[in-house]
Amino acid sequence: MKLALQRCCTTPIFLKQYETSTNAVLGRLGVQLTDNALNCCGYPLKNYDYKAYLLASARNLSIAEKKKIDIMTFCNCCYGTLKEVDQRLREDRILCAEINGKLEQEALKYEGNVKIQHIMEVFYHELGPDRIKKHIVHKFKGLKIAVHYGCHILRPRELVQFARPGTAAVFDELVAMTGADLVPWHLQSECCGSPLWGIDDDLSAALTRKKIENARASGADYFCLACSYCQVQLDRVQKRLLDEGRITDPMPSILFTQLLGLSMGIDSAVLGIGENQIDISPILECLD
Amino acid sequence: MIFKISLYLSLIVFGLGLIFKISTWFRYNFEATTKPFTATERFSAAMGGIVATLFSGKVLTFLKSLLLDVFCQRRIMMESRLRWLMHMCLFWGFTLLLLMHALEGMLTSNLFEDYAATLNPFLFLRNFFALMVFVGIGIAIYRRFIQKIPRFFTNAMDRYALIILAVIMVSGIFLEAVKIGSFERYSQMVTDYADFDGEQEKKALEALWVEDFGVVSPNLTTPFEKELLIQGRELHEMNCAACHSRPQWAFIGYGVAVVLRPVALPLDRAGLVTLLWTIHFLACFIGLAYLPFSRMFHILATPLNLLANSVMEKGKSHPANLITLQMLALDACTHCGSCTSRCSLAVIFEEIPNPNILPSEKIASLKTLASGRALSEHQMTVIQEGLYLCTNCYRCTTVCPAGINLQELWFDVREAVLKRGYPELLVLTPFSMYRGLLSPTLAKADYHQAQKQPMIGIEAVCSALSNPDDPIKPAQMDRNFKKQMLSSAKGSTFSYCFTCITCTSACPVVRSYENPSEALGMTPHQIIRATALGVPDLAFRSRMLWYCLGCYQCQDACPQAVLVTDVLTELRNLAVVRMKNQSRRTGDRS
Repeated sequence: MKLALQRCCTTPIFLKQYETSTNAVLGRLGVQLTDNALNCCGYPLKNYDYKAYLLASARNLSIAEKKKIDIMTFCNCCYGTLKEVDQRLREDRILCAEINGKLEQEALKYEGNVKIQHIMEVFYHELGPDRIKKHIVHKFKGLKIAVHYGCHILRPRELVQFARPGTAAVFDELVAMTGADLVPWHLQSECCGSPLWGIDDDLSAALTRKKIENARASGADYFCLACSYCQVQLDRVQKRLLDEGRITDPMPSILFTQLLGLSMGIDSAVLGIGENQIDISPILECLD
Repeated sequence: MIFKISLYLSLIVFGLGLIFKISTWFRYNFEATTKPFTATERFSAAMGGIVATLFSGKVLTFLKSLLLDVFCQRRIMMESRLRWLMHMCLFWGFTLLLLMHALEGMLTSNLFEDYAATLNPFLFLRNFFALMVFVGIGIAIYRRFIQKIPRFFTNAMDRYALIILAVIMVSGIFLEAVKIGSFERYSQMVTDYADFDGEQEKKALEALWVEDFGVVSPNLTTPFEKELLIQGRELHEMNCAACHSRPQWAFIGYGVAVVLRPVALPLDRAGLVTLLWTIHFLACFIGLAYLPFSRMFHILATPLNLLANSVMEKGKSHPANLITLQMLALDACTHCGSCTSRCSLAVIFEEIPNPNILPSEKIASLKTLASGRALSEHQMTVIQEGLYLCTNCYRCTTVCPAGINLQELWFDVREAVLKRGYPELLVLTPFSMYRGLLSPTLAKADYHQAQKQPMIGIEAVCSALSNPDDPIKPAQMDRNFKKQMLSSAKGSTFSYCFTCITCTSACPVVRSYENPSEALGMTPHQIIRATALGVPDLAFRSRMLWYCLGCYQCQDACPQAVLVTDVLTELRNLAVVRMKNQSRRTGDRS
């Protein structure tokens, strides 16, 4: 199976391991990711120039449409953006015609025939738990995971309602397949605080700290997540807060692709385990 | 005479231009207020750096970069094979022509004892190198004028570079062609070098040169008798062969000569050889004199930039040298458009027609900023917007064939521009994440100042009902604003609100403060209320609007199906339009 990867602009500098671990895991499961020179999804433009926001995603969707390939994202913000733009252009024909007018000079046209999937959907719906189970060679023992869903795979409900059988449950089930124990905690579907980093760092840090404390109190050892913005916040920004003494009891965060990769027996160097800012290498000791 | 005067004149202009341009590398910077180093300090730091590099292990890295980046141009190769072919043809074709042909008196004739421009291999090579340049020019014209690439701009400088190159090359080829056919040149050469015994011999040699060397004679016409040609060939061997290969080896010039043959005589009599010769050298001298001020200056700046980059590193190299390198990098840009073709945000230029969004076009503004030329507030805010509309995805930097660290350049200039204090609404968007992550490298006061500036700007412009004790009068209701919100499918849902405060209770931002109203100005339900009352200013200057995470908790919780987050999004878009219009109006006034 081939899918076009909607890269997240944060990954090339801050999160290379997300791309390498995604390629390694999906490669082993028979999914090939192609680089179709897609641009930024437009997410940071949403509150500045909504039409520019639409155009950015519409271009990506129309490129995929031309190449007859579906799009996969590994970032919740990219996912939410592509989904929203897709829905908006389907509903609003006048807007769609206007956007297509701008795409015309590149011989592109949005017609709404591209499936947009989050990487967790690809794992669960395209590949399926049974197929993944066959590749799992190690199980985690006594590893307590606080699953961090992130916002835009859950909300807004009417947009990302892949309630077959509910994203949160999908995420939980996939994590459980690696043998990890899931810890319930009540802030698990709240925002990580990343959208405000660089705008009001204190507020952003307060949101992050609250999540860390809550997950810590629930007895978890690690966050597990599948969004580049959340990971930058819960790893890189958390490390900064730790260095500045603004938190004392850190909660390291592992990407789902790294977690699954380890249980599939993929080399930890390929998964970039050592590239996380807050050390996650002790997790290797939990592997059987 | 004209030759000498124009040569020296152009050399003087070239030399002064070179000194001026190189001095800008040490004099210019992006800081409007504080100048961390003087030009002298920067110059001596650069010299120190060069000496240190030459006497260290880095010299190997330097040589490797010279071979791969400068001579083989691998960065262009990685970008596109066609462009690599184009640039290799232009670079090597022109360089070799310069060394072998233009500098024949200084170089070639000293290196090769029996050098003559009309002798092989020089005769053939000159045409071969010219062919390379023509292939290069051809691809460049195809790329810039035939291939329609969106957002790929060709500016006056690009056109000038192509035109001057084309004039030099075409005049050179025509000069060669006209000289091949020229009877006057032939007669002149015969007078100077040949030794004849009678008219018959003169005729024989002339016949051979008409037959084999393309001379167009007013006296003789083909066909000639065999004996005459045999005699001519003997005379040729004695008198001419030492300096003349067959002109067919000059395959381009000879081809043109064949085409020109029917009109060769009148052209020759009209003195075309002298005219073309004058055009040829004048074009070369104009090109030379203008080189430091044109895009062609990259011939010097780009290799220097590539080499300097190979041995310099942020954090290790002298900070003064890093500033100098950025100034050099501005001249190293060849306006090739690679960066823009890969830019993650280039497409939005179609919606926000600010050329400063496109990296290749941003450079022009950066040059203006570096030179310290005064810009109006409006011009500055336009550049600032373009600089901030960058996702920092690093793609431009990865592909730049000139090896410019564009990412770092954008970041540094952005900070320098923000210091001037013009409010930038984009600071309130996730574009700021990169800046936030890099904040330890910035002065604390500057970092926070740029964060505060946009709210101060918004409060100054959206100031209606700024006294909380004032009652809202019906006359203050902005009917256009309300109409606009009601005409939008998502925005209009504000009208379903019955103020149950569920949205506010669900908001994680609100929950982060003990006294949300004081910290945020308004809470989500109050913003919805302000929209219903038609008083946008109240919503626009509320911190809550700008601190909305977009997490959709409010929207999912709303029992009335008000699309709270989407309404907030539309309000922010309207506020941006309002602020931009304001900036444009002040711009018009000034």
